[in-house]
Amino acid sequence: MRHFLDFEKPIAEIEGKIEELRHLPESPDMNISEEVERLSEKVDKLIRSTYAKLTPWQKTQVARHPGRPHAADVVAGLITEFVPLAGDRAFADDRAIIAGLGRFEGSAVAVLGTEKGAETEDRVAHNFGMARPEGYRKARRVIELAGRFGLPVLTFVDTPGAYPGIDAEARGQAEAIARAIEACLAAPVPVVSTIIGEGGSGGAIALAAADHVLMFEHAIYSVISPEGCASILWRDAALAETAAEALKLTAEDLKKLGLIDTIVPEPLGGAHRDPTAAIAALGKAVSTALAPLSGEPGARLVARRREKFLAMGRAAPAA
Amino acid sequence: MNWLTNYVRPKIRTLLGRKDVPDNLWHKCPACEQMIFHLELAKNLRVCPNCGHHMRLPAKERLASLMDEGFATIELPAVPADPLHFRDQKRYADRLKAARAETELDDAIIVAHGTIGGQRAVVAVFAFDFMGGSMGTAVGEALVAAAKLAVLQEAALIAITASGGARMQEGALSLMQMPRTTIAVQIVKEAGLPYIVVLTDPTTGGVTASFAMLGDIHVAEPGAMIGFAGARVIEQTVREKLPEGFQRAEYLNEHGMVDIVARRAELRDTLSRLIGLLTEPAARRAARPSAEVLALPGISEG
Repeated sequence: MRHFLDFEKPIAEIEGKIEELRHLPESPDMNISEEVERLSEKVDKLIRSTYAKLTPWQKTQVARHPGRPHAADVVAGLITEFVPLAGDRAFADDRAIIAGLGRFEGSAVAVLGTEKGAETEDRVAHNFGMARPEGYRKARRVIELAGRFGLPVLTFVDTPGAYPGIDAEARGQAEAIARAIEACLAAPVPVVSTIIGEGGSGGAIALAAADHVLMFEHAIYSVISPEGCASILWRDAALAETAAEALKLTAEDLKKLGLIDTIVPEPLGGAHRDPTAAIAALGKAVSTALAPLSGEPGARLVARRREKFLAMGRAAPAA
Repeated sequence: MNWLTNYVRPKIRTLLGRKDVPDNLWHKCPACEQMIFHLELAKNLRVCPNCGHHMRLPAKERLASLMDEGFATIELPAVPADPLHFRDQKRYADRLKAARAETELDDAIIVAHGTIGGQRAVVAVFAFDFMGGSMGTAVGEALVAAAKLAVLQEAALIAITASGGARMQEGALSLMQMPRTTIAVQIVKEAGLPYIVVLTDPTTGGVTASFAMLGDIHVAEPGAMIGFAGARVIEQTVREKLPEGFQRAEYLNEHGMVDIVARRAELRDTLSRLIGLLTEPAARRAARPSAEVLALPGISEG
């Protein structure tokens, strides 16, 4: 069963009709294939026009679409010889963050991703992509490992945020995130991060203090969820749509603000309509981002990464 | 309504109602409900003389209580105001204006340099009364400036936090203050200078999850609320009652996140002693990497 978002209803209706027609037996009264073709053209136009002007709130829904490619899908699609790594060597393995070594376009890399999980059981195992301190400590461990062996670090971020739980606080959630950010910034190897779905606050930046930050066209990246922001600043979580507008959380807005470097175009109708094509486009974009960084001396990478983050917000954004 | 407001004629009322004394001569301790005379409270650095409860101390009073005489504050680096043109129920630009008028501060932080018990220090102290001490670009930039100043003066950097977290009105720009302030800390650490964090009530969100948890030493005031997620969010997520003393300074101390829980009155001595120990001249010389290669025992030995 395909999952349609609220604003995709008109699209769903036409696609439903097409499906019905395809199952009808051929009859002399009407030319079914002609009708299917007409409707297909119509739905194509509709998808194009809908997705050309998604509002920030609609993008939030697309970014959270269950059919969207997850970090594990990206790893499966782009990384060969993948060897998963587990554990923070102190407490546990946190499956909200997947980690490993492998090859990207033939070269050895370290990979990190926040993983939401696909089916219900899987989602619970991955805690819906909300990592605990163990996850951020595993990330730090893998980043430091990559640094020692000269491997570029690729991260794929898709998280509602760090897990707000009693156990997470007891084991130092804040410290774990801070140390992960520090590890990203100190890595003497290229760090390339992509926000593939939701870039939720501290849980996202923990894996995204990178040389080059990419974002899928319909991904979002924000300091707080629109719902959370609405309930605090408007005292009404129902005003999430308004908050989404105000937060400037779309790829386009963040590029204008100079906070991300590259927007990765998604297939027509969003990455969930064609995950394979979306992942291929992402692979190309990551490759382009990584090329000029490869072979740079570690000290220069670190210095430039610092300058880049220190420059953020110093100049007024281009209108 | 009383006989005065009801029956005394307006002119006499203004005469009688004239105030030449502050509004709140007496404060009630929020913990033990004891009434405390304002002069006594000020003398006691806003710590309840009855139960020891630490109330929030305004940034300017904090500096005066901690630093030796003769300290100076620096002008905060200018940053573009309201980059998102953010508007919730009020415009962010108006909120900033109101906070500035009310607190007589530029933003939610003050940076000062001088000495603490004779030890050189640059102190960055959060003003919680300025938009909940929230961290936006101005605060991040002030911390970067404080770090550079500490390196320039070969002084310790002391961060005294009191913050609700990121300033939502600056969107992802406020999120970027987490890496930016982390870089500030790295600059100080690489210069071999001590970086000490004093966590005061409350310190949460993006502030805790960046520079505030990266100190060489973490000191916290008794009872201070310190954490990443807010208590309400956690309660809604896990649907259970939070344990007694959860996210308090003592809890963080027990869980290994805070070195010392120090009473406000001891803070100056604690910091001065720590800076002194960490900047021992002979030890610093020894810690500096030298050109001499250490002789390692050969494989054939033993």
